[in-house]
Amino acid sequence: MSGTYNYGYLDESTKRMIRRTILKAIAIPGYQVPFGGREMPMPYGWGTGGIQLTATLISPEDTLKVIDQGADDTTNAVSIRQFFCKVANAKTTEVTADATIIQTRHRIPETPLTEDQILVYQVPIPEPMRFIEPSEVETKTMHALEEYGVMRVKLYEDIARFGQIATSYDYPVIVNDRYLTNPSPIPKFDNPKMHMNPALQLFGAGREKRIHAIPPYTKVESLDFDDHPFEIQQWDESCAICGCQDSFLDEVVIDEEGNRTFICSDTDYCRLNLEKQGKESVDFVAFQKQQSGAE
Amino acid sequence: MLHLDEKPILEVKDVSKLYAENKGCQQVSFELYAGEVLGIVGESGSGKSTLLKLLSGQLASDNGEVLYIDREANLHSLFEMPISDQRKLLRTEWGVVHQHPSDGLRMNISAGGNIGERLMAIGERHYGDIREESIEWMASVELAADRVDDKPSQFSGGMQQRLQIAKNLVTKPRLVFMDEPTGGLDVSVQAKFLDLLRRLVIELKVAVIFVTHDLGVARLLADRLLVMRHSQVVEQGLTDQILDDPQHAYTQLLVSSIVR
Repeated sequence: MSGTYNYGYLDESTKRMIRRTILKAIAIPGYQVPFGGREMPMPYGWGTGGIQLTATLISPEDTLKVIDQGADDTTNAVSIRQFFCKVANAKTTEVTADATIIQTRHRIPETPLTEDQILVYQVPIPEPMRFIEPSEVETKTMHALEEYGVMRVKLYEDIARFGQIATSYDYPVIVNDRYLTNPSPIPKFDNPKMHMNPALQLFGAGREKRIHAIPPYTKVESLDFDDHPFEIQQWDESCAICGCQDSFLDEVVIDEEGNRTFICSDTDYCRLNLEKQGKESVDFVAFQKQQSGAE
Repeated sequence: MLHLDEKPILEVKDVSKLYAENKGCQQVSFELYAGEVLGIVGESGSGKSTLLKLLSGQLASDNGEVLYIDREANLHSLFEMPISDQRKLLRTEWGVVHQHPSDGLRMNISAGGNIGERLMAIGERHYGDIREESIEWMASVELAADRVDDKPSQFSGGMQQRLQIAKNLVTKPRLVFMDEPTGGLDVSVQAKFLDLLRRLVIELKVAVIFVTHDLGVARLLADRLLVMRHSQVVEQGLTDQILDDPQHAYTQLLVSSIVR
């Protein structure tokens, strides 16, 4: 660890401030609590909100897992993991079950979480009604008075234009029967996992300087219409690497001819499946070679 | 249409809001009955719009009282009720039609979404029903049903204004406030719009308080008129009575200035 930084990069008084904010956020599930967001050594949009949460929570006993779109080996995940290796001397893992803190961009791991784990989300826009109601004063009033009819206008527009609720990520939810909340841009496939999850779920928005939380075992309900109920994505295909049919699949290009196939978005889950089948794990580059060689 | 046997639905007592001396409106009192159309006329700066904003809860008053009796015969005091109740009233029993459609409509949401918003706000959760009702209301305000998925920004000024009417009337309000509803429309569109408005008001028995500086509009639409000048009501009475036999010097000037 470098001698120039306090443990976990943030100074202790900042951590105290963020911990107080977290406590308030847990006390009011789904409510966006403002906090004094700090400048982090990376640009907004790279997960500065989530990083501040993780930096506040992390201790030498913790094991950190960082994922970006479900994968441990993508740019955002790699750079954040390296950041915490450097500033917090963090133990890191790619195994979901081994992690105590999981920082995520855009996915919830497929492996069910436990009470001992904290899931930290990176949030770009915490306000679900922002695209319909640009005024912060107005959206705050709407939250205070629980006036959420306008959110269904967005879903109405989806059905009117596409014949179905086309919103497929950042799908709005009602937390604990009260606050309308953005789950950060996770696919709606993951929305049911937030409901009654044993793990603490924390959401950090760095640019907007807001933290919200879903405490363990909290009711999370996705908005819908009576005649257009909430549905998650489904695939006819199964994962080309591990063959599983129950995980969220990414469509990937496998050769220079533009041929495509589907693989698990959660790399750890994919590896676990291969292990169960007694097969060796395959990284994506090797997989690509294997596929294009086969043709 | 007056129903003199009934109690007024709106009672305005000594309402004032002054920005400076004689700027704004002061000591305004009147009563409004169910289904009655009241026009507020006067020159620019006489306090018409201020009065309308006060009555529709968009502005806080300096003093006075506004009492409203709702559908269930409950009495509400506008300035004393919690903001949540006030907003609820505004999206159920009341409606506000703005002079500029962009103030009253969500320009990047389809016409159907605009009409459906109030339904969804009061708890409607069935897409099919919302859409059906939106299309019905499109027809009621003489908008083509196949434009239900188009955005108001693609509509003409007259169409936008009619959409605003539909958006407000969808929850069957008892009282609608309109600020210069024909302000931005040319004469022929204005005439059609007024015909439509008059038909809807009579059909739905909705009470209307509207502001205009156009006495022609006032004569066509209003049962009763309130004439304002320098923040005060100088004369009020039946429309015909005011326009044919004006008593106050200012009203006489106003009436005589109509181009014939």
